[in-house]
Amino acid sequence: MAGAAGPGTGPVAAGGDGDDSLYPIAVLIDELRNEDVQLRLNSIKKLSTIALALGVERTRTELLPFLTDTIYDEDEVLLALAEQLGNFTGLVGGPDFAHCLLPPLESLATVEETVVRDKAVESLRQISQEHTPIALEAHFVPLVKRLASGDWFTSRTSACGLFSVCYPRASNAVKAEIRQHFRSLCSDDTPMVRRAAASKLGEFAKVLELDSVKSEIVPLFTNLASDEQDSVRLLAVEACVSIAQLLSQEDLEALVMPTLRQAAEDKSWRVRYMVADKFSELQKAVGPKITLNDLIPAFQNLLKDCEAEVRAAAAHKVKELCENLPPEGRETIIMNQILPFIKELVSDTNQHVKSALASVIMGLSTILGKENTIEHLLPLFLAQLKDECPEVRLNIISNLDCVNEVIGIRQLSQSLLPAIVELAEDAKWRVRLAIIEYMPLLAGQLGVQFFDEKLNSLCMAWLVDHVYAIREAATNNLMKLVKKFGTEWAQNTIVPKVLVMASDPNYLHRMTTLFCINALSEACGQEITTKQMLPIVLKMAGDQVANVRFNVAKSLQKIGPILDTDALQEEVKPILQKLGQDEDVDVKYFAQEALSAVAQRLRKLDFPAKDSEEPSAPGADKNHFLRPRGPGEDTGKAHTERAARVVSEEAVEAARFRGTDAAKVSPRTGTPQLLPGARAVRAPSVLSLEEEECGRESWRMNFL
Amino acid sequence: METKLPPASTPTSPSSPGLSPVPPPDKVDGFSRRSLRRARPRRSHSSSQFRYQSNQQELTPLPLLKDVPASELHELLSRKLAQCGVMFDFLDCVADLKGKEVKRAALNELVECVGSTRGVLIEPVYPDIIRMISVNIFRTLPPSENPEFDPEEDEPNLEPSWPHLQLVYEFFLRFLESPDFQPSVAKRYVDQKFVLMLLELFDSEDPREREYLKTILHRVYGKFLGLRAYIRKQCSHIFLRFIYELEHFNGVAELLEILGSIINGFALPLKTEHKQFLVRVLIPLHSVKSLSVFHAQLAYCVVQFLEKDATLTEHVIRGLLKYWPKTCTQKEVMFLGEMEEILDVIEPSQFVKIQEPLFKQVARCVSSPHFQVAERALYFWNNEYILSLIEDNCHTVLPAVFGTLYQVSKEHWNQTIVSLIYNVLKTFMEMNGKLFDELTASYKLEKQQEQQKARERQELWQGLEELRLRRLQGTQGAKEAPLQRLPPPVATSGGQS
Repeated sequence: MAGAAGPGTGPVAAGGDGDDSLYPIAVLIDELRNEDVQLRLNSIKKLSTIALALGVERTRTELLPFLTDTIYDEDEVLLALAEQLGNFTGLVGGPDFAHCLLPPLESLATVEETVVRDKAVESLRQISQEHTPIALEAHFVPLVKRLASGDWFTSRTSACGLFSVCYPRASNAVKAEIRQHFRSLCSDDTPMVRRAAASKLGEFAKVLELDSVKSEIVPLFTNLASDEQDSVRLLAVEACVSIAQLLSQEDLEALVMPTLRQAAEDKSWRVRYMVADKFSELQKAVGPKITLNDLIPAFQNLLKDCEAEVRAAAAHKVKELCENLPPEGRETIIMNQILPFIKELVSDTNQHVKSALASVIMGLSTILGKENTIEHLLPLFLAQLKDECPEVRLNIISNLDCVNEVIGIRQLSQSLLPAIVELAEDAKWRVRLAIIEYMPLLAGQLGVQFFDEKLNSLCMAWLVDHVYAIREAATNNLMKLVKKFGTEWAQNTIVPKVLVMASDPNYLHRMTTLFCINALSEACGQEITTKQMLPIVLKMAGDQVANVRFNVAKSLQKIGPILDTDALQEEVKPILQKLGQDEDVDVKYFAQEALSAVAQRLRKLDFPAKDSEEPSAPGADKNHFLRPRGPGEDTGKAHTERAARVVSEEAVEAARFRGTDAAKVSPRTGTPQLLPGARAVRAPSVLSLEEEECGRESWRMNFL
Repeated sequence: METKLPPASTPTSPSSPGLSPVPPPDKVDGFSRRSLRRARPRRSHSSSQFRYQSNQQELTPLPLLKDVPASELHELLSRKLAQCGVMFDFLDCVADLKGKEVKRAALNELVECVGSTRGVLIEPVYPDIIRMISVNIFRTLPPSENPEFDPEEDEPNLEPSWPHLQLVYEFFLRFLESPDFQPSVAKRYVDQKFVLMLLELFDSEDPREREYLKTILHRVYGKFLGLRAYIRKQCSHIFLRFIYELEHFNGVAELLEILGSIINGFALPLKTEHKQFLVRVLIPLHSVKSLSVFHAQLAYCVVQFLEKDATLTEHVIRGLLKYWPKTCTQKEVMFLGEMEEILDVIEPSQFVKIQEPLFKQVARCVSSPHFQVAERALYFWNNEYILSLIEDNCHTVLPAVFGTLYQVSKEHWNQTIVSLIYNVLKTFMEMNGKLFDELTASYKLEKQQEQQKARERQELWQGLEELRLRRLQGTQGAKEAPLQRLPPPVATSGGQS
């Protein structure tokens, strides 16, 4: 009932805080308990505004009690509440009153839903820092104790996360109590609580005195590491890293190592996986001596574990492990104790293991030096370049730079080529996309001549790939290659081939020419752009497909800044004016866009006073938000897509749709326009491609 | 392609006569959902149990049990049990074929013997038997081949060593069911640790194994009174971990099936521990993503509780309303189904307590754009018992749903839904014409009031926002302009509430 929250304050009762009392708490609380969850959630998210309106005193005396009492709500609302309260200290009157926030957070810390509880604990940790030492012992520590002895597991799990924040500032007597509570949670009856305790063990150990670590934490660690549930044991491995950092070598050997050795041999693969996963941290924590005596043999076992998951996790750590070995004797250790196992893994039965290894193995060459690399690693690289799994090959190719530094890429080039060619033609477009991205790097390492002989044709073939993302990546790739090899090379090898596509029967290929020109013009410079590219672009203004025409307008806008006044005035402007009268609305729109950009540019050129302007017109680029976007483009959407990495045929399909369909986006609304029947002949919609295929020769999609 | 094996297709598979009948999980979704994903190539999956296997000793066939005189029977039995404790690698299907065959024959003979021969189970063989069973069945389950294993869509990983494992389970089952079996002797070996490991095996992806485990655990629960509380506690730990930590455990449906029959046997009045299990474990189980896999069993358990103790109804329904799915329509349909099952057994006195929030939710379901959800909700009115409850309480129920029904009847895209709603409205009209007319008349007014309220809310928040900004600018700004723009409606609406 709203009345409970203090109806005595009338709407106009003027309090000491001036205008604050104009908001009766009942109204505000009504907002907080609206029937509609969404509205309730909105109100909770603006809880600070409400608190501000009430002033610090009434927030303490009226709002917080209300929040504490009505804690039963949707988890989403509770989550927002838990988050808000973490930043509430100022709103209740500063650190002196921070303890007022504890009651609602305490209830939230006992809620069932994990995210709510975790957030409440996070906020409590935050607030604990704002308590004075006295308030901490008077209010915060009792709260932790209450939670730690709560009868449902939720409060006890929450308590586990609070020990380490109050321990350092507590008095000795209280410290002993805190340790006692933590101890009992480590042997709790409920596995959930033991897991929570195990996961905070390392954190707690760090704030304890060294003696207590040895006398109390280590036994707890040993117990948790031999828990009956593997889910608890594996968390102990994590704690091991923190504990090991605190102890001397002798103590480590005596107190921790027996347990760690046991964990590396655990009967549950999950625990062994955890050891493999945390290997580098463990290695650093125990130091070089124990690493050599204990960890290397353990690592060998993990590399030949019977579960592929464990082997893959260990394979991932090979490079880091080798890097972190002490420099003296490192080479021998790697050669004698690690390499034989790696050799086995190269022909592992599981592709995840192989690809994990392939992602790090190249890094060994810098550690082992030229001779060893040629003699021992090279055969492995070559074998992996021929692996049946594309991911393995890709991982090798993507790390070629490491090898290049050590032995030069020539050694590999004979095997590299077939691998690259195969990846370039892989049926999965994401694989093709990945290899394209390495092309500039490869080109730099292999040199112009090798590139022209072997790889150039691949790069050109990608321009007519049937997936838009590939065509687009291929375009960018060309630009990077030109930057690397220079304009002369571009003029001789790339530009002619690109320009030939301008008269391709497939409109998508004709558009690719335009996209290439957009990308290449700046790298190629004024002369090539004016003499070779511009005529082609202008000629394409007469294309029968509207998509090509409006892309001509966009290209002209794009290359405008590179051209000189004469070309702009006499060639570009007339064509744009003509396109400005086009029957198609989109062509008109983009032509006018381009026209105004060109006009601006001409004005600037006429007044050389503003000589210092940047070479490209930034304003023009900003208007480009409507540019057709493909899946490979750097938009938010593209990111999520790439992150998902679900390679399926549908994805290819979708990419194709988006790639071309997006070409016809209404410039004003930004949403795809429904094409009126009369204009349905026009190419943009891929959906209609099939009909057109049978209908009109010129529209046929002759990809590849 | 191989299809999921129905657990009871093999002749030796356990029939579960002891389990009280549990309705078969009927699919709510009428569409067959064939996986679009291509079948993954089967990777032979390893099992950690062979990790420390040292040199395999050669197995030689022993004489048949029936061929030896009674005096030597037990000695031979124990040798056979030891023989059956030797493990074989089934990943390599041609390795040690002879040994595998010897063990298979021995297991078969043991199954036969323990099931039919009286007087075999004397005290000294118990430890040997339990040891043999433990060695064979207790193992760390291998990592799932498919981390996003979806029990509805994907093929389960079948246990490669099943040819032996099945016989071991069969033997275990017959051992427990044998008339000679003495729980008082066995409890020394079938202890808490044993049960814990047994429970962990329920995560097996192989449905055949889970089926055996289900029957076995049920027998263990029945015969070892001392382990009952422990089993219940461990089950609830498994569930809680499944709900709040992992969202992955393959045997939830099987465990719930056992619990269904356990709940059935609870004595009245229910202990607090059991009520807590319902409220804190079973109800939150509804929030899990893969609910469809075990919903039938779960709903059965819930209804069992309510049949035992009707006073739990309010807790249960409020709990379901709390976890009501927000976006997953498939789950929403399941919730509606379960709600109807509950309403079927609800006592009128309990109905009164929850009718308002319940029917507000039902109304929200009716307005769902997914027609299956709307349809499922509207089917409540076809249930005569529910209809009679509605009729008895129409002064509360009708106002709770009227606005939504009225609006949806004009707006819903699906004609079936629209006509169903018309039927419901017609029922209401016949039920209480006067109330119906009143509600129709006040509908418009309420809409306007809602808009008015929304406006007031907006103004309130605007005022608060301005105040906040002024505060941020510093105190002096606040003093200069003492809130002249505060909208008057705030005060009135405050007075109303």
